[in-house]
Amino acid sequence: MKRRAILSLALLPFAAAASDDVLNAAIRAEIGDAAPREGGITLRVPPVAENGGQVPVTVLVDSPQSAERHVTAIHLFATRNPTPGIASFKLGPALARAEIQTRIRMSENQTLVVLARMNDGSVQRATAEIRVATGGCLT
Amino acid sequence: MSTPLAAPRIRAPRSARAGEVVEIRTLMEHPMETGLRQEGGRTIPRDMLTRMRVRLNGEALLEAEFRNGTAANPFHVFFVRIDRASELEFTWTDEAGRTARATHRIALA
Repeated sequence: MKRRAILSLALLPFAAAASDDVLNAAIRAEIGDAAPREGGITLRVPPVAENGGQVPVTVLVDSPQSAERHVTAIHLFATRNPTPGIASFKLGPALARAEIQTRIRMSENQTLVVLARMNDGSVQRATAEIRVATGGCLT
Repeated sequence: MSTPLAAPRIRAPRSARAGEVVEIRTLMEHPMETGLRQEGGRTIPRDMLTRMRVRLNGEALLEAEFRNGTAANPFHVFFVRIDRASELEFTWTDEAGRTARATHRIALA
């Protein structure tokens, strides 16, 4: 019991997750006031990440990547990391499909939020729950 | 902090048929220290790559902006349609303005 108290004290000052306000501000900074539509994105993530420091993620947006309709940007956010930003990708026309594989950090069990901006300005959104066995931000 | 960046590692085919879609794999060794991590009561100073730019025959193909949630040793995979003999150029930039570059040529089979 006493040990648990000491542990939580040791973690508290550094392991604070970013608030929802900070997350929303980070999202607005990327997509302005666009209202995202759910769906149209496939996320491949491990249901349980053994090592939160290296979580493999595949983002595949359902888009023909034609001149008429293509993804221009993909943004990744974490809901409970100390800071919400993960990465942003700008996609050029020679990409064969709107797919990116990357590796991300997750400090604790949380949600990965992915936004894709299309060339008409619309935004699609998808989320994935990731459970983290060992946090990967602060250890 | 004047140690040069590591040499990037690129895995991509050396040749492709016209119209073929090829997989490009990139790995850049880098600690990606956010400045939030502590070791032995001391804060490890921030040291982050900010950007990866990939160009195909001089045209922007992919640009990544990294934030704290990108893992150490950034590893990325993406897919490109090859229509002609092509050259890929990769540039990574860190917050101190240092860069690492790589090129990869793909011939037409």
